[in-house]
Amino acid sequence: MILARYHCKLSADTAIKDPNPEKERILGEMTDLNQKFDVLVIGGGNAALCAAISARLEGASVLVLERAKKFYRGGNTRHTRNMRCAHDEATDTLTGPYPEDELFEDLLRVTEGETDEELARHMIHESKDMLNWIVEQGVKFQPPLGGTLGLGRTNSFFLGGGRAMLNALYNTADRIGVTVQYEAEVTALDIQDGMFVSATARIDGKDLNIRAGALVAAAGGFESNIDWLEEYWGEAARNFLIRGTANNQGSVLKMLLDAGVQQIGDPTQCHAVAIDARAPKYDGGIITRLDCVVFGIVVNKHAKRFYDEGEDIWPKRYAIWGRLVAQQPDQIAYIVFDHSVLTKFMPSLFPPIKADTITELAEKLQIPATSLDETVADFNAAVIDGTFDHTVLDDCRTEGLDPPKTHWAQRLETPPFYAYPVRPGITFTYLGTRVNKEARIQMADGKPAANMFAAGEIMSGNVLGKGYAAGIGMTIGSVFGRIAGREAAHNARN
Amino acid sequence: MPATERTEVFDPLAKPKKAGLGDIPKGSDALTEVGRLMTVCNSCRYCEGLCAVFPAMIARRDFPDGDLNYLANLCHNCGACFYDCQFSPPHEFNVNVPKAMSRARAESYQAYAWPRIFSGLFARNGLAISVIAALSVAGFIAGFAAWNDPTILYGTHTGPGAFYKLMPHNAMVALFGAVFLYAILASIMGARLFWRDIGEPAVTLTQTNPLWQAMKDAGKLRYLDGGGADCQADENDTPDHRRFYHHCTFYGFMLCLAATSVATLYHYLLGREAPYPWYDLPVVLGTIGGIGLLIGPVGLLRAKFVRDPDMLDKDRFGMDVAFLAMLFFTSLTGLALLVLRETPAMGLLLALHLGVVFGLFFTMPYGKFVHGIYRYMALVRYAKESYRP
Repeated sequence: MILARYHCKLSADTAIKDPNPEKERILGEMTDLNQKFDVLVIGGGNAALCAAISARLEGASVLVLERAKKFYRGGNTRHTRNMRCAHDEATDTLTGPYPEDELFEDLLRVTEGETDEELARHMIHESKDMLNWIVEQGVKFQPPLGGTLGLGRTNSFFLGGGRAMLNALYNTADRIGVTVQYEAEVTALDIQDGMFVSATARIDGKDLNIRAGALVAAAGGFESNIDWLEEYWGEAARNFLIRGTANNQGSVLKMLLDAGVQQIGDPTQCHAVAIDARAPKYDGGIITRLDCVVFGIVVNKHAKRFYDEGEDIWPKRYAIWGRLVAQQPDQIAYIVFDHSVLTKFMPSLFPPIKADTITELAEKLQIPATSLDETVADFNAAVIDGTFDHTVLDDCRTEGLDPPKTHWAQRLETPPFYAYPVRPGITFTYLGTRVNKEARIQMADGKPAANMFAAGEIMSGNVLGKGYAAGIGMTIGSVFGRIAGREAAHNARN
Repeated sequence: MPATERTEVFDPLAKPKKAGLGDIPKGSDALTEVGRLMTVCNSCRYCEGLCAVFPAMIARRDFPDGDLNYLANLCHNCGACFYDCQFSPPHEFNVNVPKAMSRARAESYQAYAWPRIFSGLFARNGLAISVIAALSVAGFIAGFAAWNDPTILYGTHTGPGAFYKLMPHNAMVALFGAVFLYAILASIMGARLFWRDIGEPAVTLTQTNPLWQAMKDAGKLRYLDGGGADCQADENDTPDHRRFYHHCTFYGFMLCLAATSVATLYHYLLGREAPYPWYDLPVVLGTIGGIGLLIGPVGLLRAKFVRDPDMLDKDRFGMDVAFLAMLFFTSLTGLALLVLRETPAMGLLLALHLGVVFGLFFTMPYGKFVHGIYRYMALVRYAKESYRP
């Protein structure tokens, strides 16, 4: 429909870009935050909005407290692109069926078994209807196109990406009467014997006491909290770059754990990929990632290789490189490649550093030139000729080199030579709150919480104890968000 | 070599001056910005489903000026990518594709203007077009007054040939035929420059598939809808209905053109002279088209005021408004002439209408009108590039 589209864009317009910032505050004041809400949702991403909408659709009064400014609302959802839901048939936007069992097997493989099977299977079952429900909430999918990374059968891609998805959810929430308060940081939770009583939120410089019948914690992980990361990673954490906004501080997670909530997931672990070292500290998102490890060699600041660059097909081993770089001195590494592969991978934000010789490249990178010369020479000498094919585990490899490059090994010999400096880019953390199938938070003593629920990254460790599969975070968020909202609404009204 | 001995100041970890500034082509600032954005967007590609621009971008890795001009003219300025982008302002990456494209487009119009000497008309386009239109109207009024006796100018004329009592038919045909042909010539020359600049071979313009596909895409304004996303009703929404108003404008204009063509055929083939009765084909076509040309430009102008100021390129506001105003006044004076043609006001109204129409045609190659030509041609190229048999 011609008219409807413009309807849509303008609504996004008014929702996102408020020409009158005063208006928002006035609206906030109009909704009395002192009233007792049925459901309080803390967080503003996919899980939070699904919970808020779901609770509201059950008739509950709902308040969403989002710490971020309006533009940065939605935490990591801003940077997502798709969700992985089971489905029995091909659709307009999915090229084939993706049965529940197959999704579960994929989950088992990436987590290496670190998943709660009952919860995971429940989520996967519920994910089927999510493809309908989320569309009813205004989210649009696009058909698989060139850029959908070969995931056209398993993953549903949001038209316009994660922020477009968020805009749709916020519009729906607004339309059905969910109250959203931005720049509202929750600084304290009053929890007594597993029962949520109230939250303290700092809004406009004032601390407000927010009461609600039930709580949905959907405030993400703690990946942006460098101090917290430092507890596990030491000083190395100072050199980490964070791929999402600075708002993912994990303060709600910490308050819940301090209040006796059972924790799940390895607190020391985070999803880390190698991203361009020149990326901003926060919120560089997808465009700073580098897909070229398999095409070259990766050296540390001493110009030494440290891991098999050809271990597995990209992007299967995408996420090991963040950790590998984190373990190198100064948490820096350089992907070095030559002109012959320059156009074989997705372009990224910054151009590679370029030089006519390896020596000159080393000088530009300010790493020992003789050492890099030697590393490249040793590598080139060890390469066994094969038939290069980056789509399969090909037979191009090194022999007698430690560490080896077991596939896609090609000599670096065609100038100019290029390098990308890389650092660990942290996507999300695994530590979370234990929940049951109702998304109800479990207390450390094993009892279910009276009126507290969790959804999204804050509880993703229940089903995703390790690793990652594209789109699974959004599935966890949407499915458990919807469940949490519904259950919280029932809980609050009983 | 220890770092202290280094003379070079290159810092490998320093952010390049402009985020995404790769091997950016040398061009205008606007084009440089589009080049920067295409580098940023090409490393994201989340918007690939929204329109033609992003798939065309994905098909490229380097962006020479010609390709940037192609992409800029392919952009329909729907604005979907601005709201969908996680990096749009206030994000430090400052990704504002609609605005950057709009700027580059305006510059490209100027670059392709023919003859070169008139390219300056784009610089302060609103003013230039107003002045030309006013001169044109004044010229017709003065001409009518000079050549006609006041009793004829202010007299009441009815029946076939009424208009030609004020201006001989042959003079009218000669003058408007000339300016019409001039507009066509200048537009074709501009189109040639565009086609050469984007580096597309002439042979593409002989291939029926892309020409027809682009015709359909342009006729429906397919890419003005941000990927076919419609949305749920919300009482707070203030829709701008740009596609609807553009259809009113474009098809209104075409109907008016058809009215004139039919009238010309009437005159030469059937020997029937204007004015025609209200139910006759030229009048019916002209009236319907004229109404479209009143509603359309007003709606499009209104849309400019409700549009997010962050996306508006204020520098080209004058150009957009001037073209809309010319279309609006063409229609308004034409309809006024229709209603009042049997009154003493006819003489002046005819001068007014002819003046506006003359101004419209003369300024066509030097105003917003050209967007239709370059966008259609960009769509032809896109249709060719994306053609899958």
